[in-house]
Formats: sequence, structure tokens, C-alpha cells
Amino acid sequence: MAVTGLAMLLYLIAHMLGNLKVFFGPDEMNGYAHWLRTIGEPVLHHEWFLWIVRFGLLAAVVLHGVSAYQLSRRDLAARPVKYAHARRRASYATRTMRWGGVIVALFVVWHLLDLTTGTVNPRGESGHPYENIVATFDTWYGDTIYIVAMLAVGLHIRHGFWSAAQTLGAGSPGRARALKATANILALVLTAGFLSVPLAVMTGVVS
Amino acid sequence: MRLTLRIWRQPDAEAPGAMRTYEVEDISPDMSFLEMLDTLNEALILQGEEPVAFDHDCREGICGACGMVINGQAHGPERTTACQLHMRHFADGDTIDVEPWRAAAFPVVRDLMVDRSAFDRIIEAGGYVTAPTGSAPEAHATPVPKPDADTAFAHAECIGCGACVAACPNGSAMLFTSAKVNHLGSLPQGAPERDTRVLDMVDQMDAEGFGGCTLAGECATACPKGIPLPSISAMNREFLRASRRR
Ligand code: HEM
Ligand code: FES
Repeated sequence: MAVTGLAMLLYLIAHMLGNLKVFFGPDEMNGYAHWLRTIGEPVLHHEWFLWIVRFGLLAAVVLHGVSAYQLSRRDLAARPVKYAHARRRASYATRTMRWGGVIVALFVVWHLLDLTTGTVNPRGESGHPYENIVATFDTWYGDTIYIVAMLAVGLHIRHGFWSAAQTLGAGSPGRARALKATANILALVLTAGFLSVPLAVMTGVVS
Repeated sequence: MRLTLRIWRQPDAEAPGAMRTYEVEDISPDMSFLEMLDTLNEALILQGEEPVAFDHDCREGICGACGMVINGQAHGPERTTACQLHMRHFADGDTIDVEPWRAAAFPVVRDLMVDRSAFDRIIEAGGYVTAPTGSAPEAHATPVPKPDADTAFAHAECIGCGACVAACPNGSAMLFTSAKVNHLGSLPQGAPERDTRVLDMVDQMDAEGFGGCTLAGECATACPKGIPLPSISAMNREFLRASRRR
């Protein structure tokens, strides 16, 4: 859980920063997308770097999902009889890890069909991510899906980063506050960074 | 005080159980929760009914025998054991729900009593030091730095009551296991078995059917002895270190 989660977290940071290119206009954004496909050349072929990252991410998502399933099965089996006097436990981010993770996974499928393959994108022109992004966020459902998913990602990271740090043995009484603060800042910055794109299109800042 | 109690009644491990409602009167705010249950039991015996079975021994918060979930909280609303919880923390006329620890690894024996021998087996797996016994050794023979002694003592406070498992949404025993691992692991006497201790205790913990830790933090909030949540991360550190050296 922890290792695959942190690998995806590193990817999300790079992805969020890359998305901000949209604020510098179509040439910058589309040029950046093209450059991504040339990384490693001439040692690597065109798009090879991208495919290596994609396989790494796929492995991380699958392993993360499988461990989440196994962990959840175990945890539910360990408390077969529920308490009659139920009490709301733990924070919202902590309680929503399972369903939040499923929502994020479903979102990733939609996201790939939208902006990678273009299948569900109103425009879906390959090599023109800027125009495809604007097209998606000109629809009400595009905005809704992305906003809900990004809030879910933020919550998942808020608990996930803190939890992963403890799993990997980085926690101590002296470091508890710093780790919580890092988790909150990461969650906030990533959510705000990702959300800035649909919000910019909705308000006409990017068109 | 006059109280309505809703208590889990289950005649034995196999029989089905249910919450039963009882009224108790003349409860003094100075009584402990267990004394309040004693009062109920005296009345039940006079009526020819089976008294409510619950574990208890020292009644001074040091043995870890008592334990029940009171209004959804392990050991009730205060950070202490059920035997040291006083009725002044409740109001006249309250309805109080009392249930046994709920975990697959802690099967109910009867009413509020659960079988906690899974904890004993975790301790047997490595929660000891192989030291020659006999008379107490001279205190200066093995110097222990003060911070290490403090860490060891803070973790040695665990009384094995099982509140951490009862409070954890996953029924995980990580806080309990980490208390013993950190207690012995921070002392020179515990050093020779440091690696096998954490590996064997964690193996046993998993084999008993306790859940995994998802850092919900409920265990540390419920612990009457204040074993802190980062102890779990310290045990994970020990576990990773021992796994690398295996
Ligand atoms: C396939 C979709 C996903 C599912 C079903 C899922 C589910 C889960 C579950 C059930 C947990 C354990 C909850 C806990 O420890 O309380 C978890 C932890 C975590 N998740 Fe996800 N998640 C998914 C996607 C993601 C993504 C996209 C990221 C990237 C940021 C991520 C990062 C993390 C991290 C860092 C942890 C903490 C690991 C640990 O506790 O050791 N997850 N996830
Ligand atoms: S009876 Fe010993 S701790 Fe409560």
C-alpha cells in the first residue's frame, strides 16, 4: 500500500505541475505534451519513456488495488460482530479511504478515455491536449466529474501520506506534527493545482 | 442515581446473544462502573436471574482484566479502565450501552467476558527476554541511558486489557504488540532477541486473525495507559530492520 501509494503520489505531483502549462497558452501546453514523448531520445525511441511510466503506473495501481482489497477483507473479517452502540470514529479522510480509492480508480478510467484516447472527449483530437482540455471543461459533466474526483484525491492523500509514513517506520512522537502538516499541505496543493484548470476554463481565464 | 442499562447477554460462546435492558437504582456517583454492575448483579441474584458475567481482578486499573465497551467506547468515556471509571461521569436517568470487546480474535465466553488468550500467544512468541533468573541483579551491572529507560517504561505500562483491539475499526492488535516490542527492544536486556522478537510476534499476531492497521488512531485514544500511536510506526521500523537482516 505504502510504496505503491507513494509512487503514484510522485507521479501526481509531476502531473499537476505539468497541467499548469495550460495557463501559458496552447503552444506551451501542446509543446510540453510533445516534449514528454521525446524524453530519453535518442537512447530511447519516441514515446518509450512515456510507455515505461505508463507500465510503472499500471503496476502501481493494480498492486495498490489488490493490497487494498486484501487488507480490507482482513480488516472486515477481524470484526465480524459490530457494536450495537455505533460511534463515529476517526477523521473523514480516514473513513473514506476505501470508497474514496474506488472513486479515484473509476475516475482514472474516465480520465484515460477522455484525455488520453479521446473516446469520450467532445473534441478528442490527438496531439492537441490544450483544445481537448478546454472542450472537456466546457461541459457540465466534465467539470463535475473532475471536481468531485480531485476532492476525493485530496482526501485520499491526506490520510494516505500520513499512513504510508507510519507504515514505512518514519513516524515518531517528535515527528507526528511535521508529518501531519506535510500530508495536509500535499493534499491541499495537489487538489488546488488540479482544480485550477477546470475552474480557469469555467471562468473563461483559459479558453 | 437511576440508570437504564442495555447489556449484551450471551449464555455461552455458542449461544446467540442479545442486548437486554435493566433498570438500576440507588447508584452512588462515587461507585466505579464495576461496583454499579455488582449492584445490578445483586438484584439479579435476588430475583433468581443469572448475574452479568464480566472479567475483573485488581479493580485499581493495573491488571488489565476488566474491559467492556461502554456507549461505544472501550472502557467508557474517560481514559481509564472500566474498574476506575466512576459513575459521576454519567448523569441521573442516562441509558448506558454495555458490550463485550468485539473482535474475531477475542471470542465471547459469556456476556461481557471475552477470551483474550490470543494476547498470551503473541507474548509467548517473543515478548520476553532470555535472562538468567535468580535474585535481582545489581542495578549498576547493566547501565541503561535515561531516555531509553523512559521509552521502555512508557511501553511497559501496557496492561494487555485489549481496549486497543476493541476500539480499532479493524480489530487490529498493532498497538498492543508494539508496546511489548518497544519495551524490550529499547533495553540492553532485550537486544539479543531483538530481531526474532518482532518477526515472531507480528507473525503470531497475524495468525490470530487480528486486522491490519490503517492508522485510524482509535487504539491510542482508547488506551487507558496512554501508549502513543507512533509506537506502531516504531514497531514497523523494527520489523523492516529485522526483515532486512533475516
Ligand atoms: C485503485 C484505486 C485506489 C484504491 C481502491 C485505493 C484504496 C486504498 C486503500 C483501501 C488504502 C488503505 C487505507 C488505509 O491505510 O487507511 C489506501 C492507501 C493509500 N493510498 Fe490508495 N487507493 C487507490 C488509488 C490511490 C492513488 C491514485 C494514490 C496516489 C496518490 C493513492 C495513494 C495512497 C497512499 C499513499 C496510501 C497509504 C498507504 C499506507 O497506508 O501504507 N491511492 N488506498
Ligand atoms: S480490574 Fe484490574 S484493571 Fe480493571
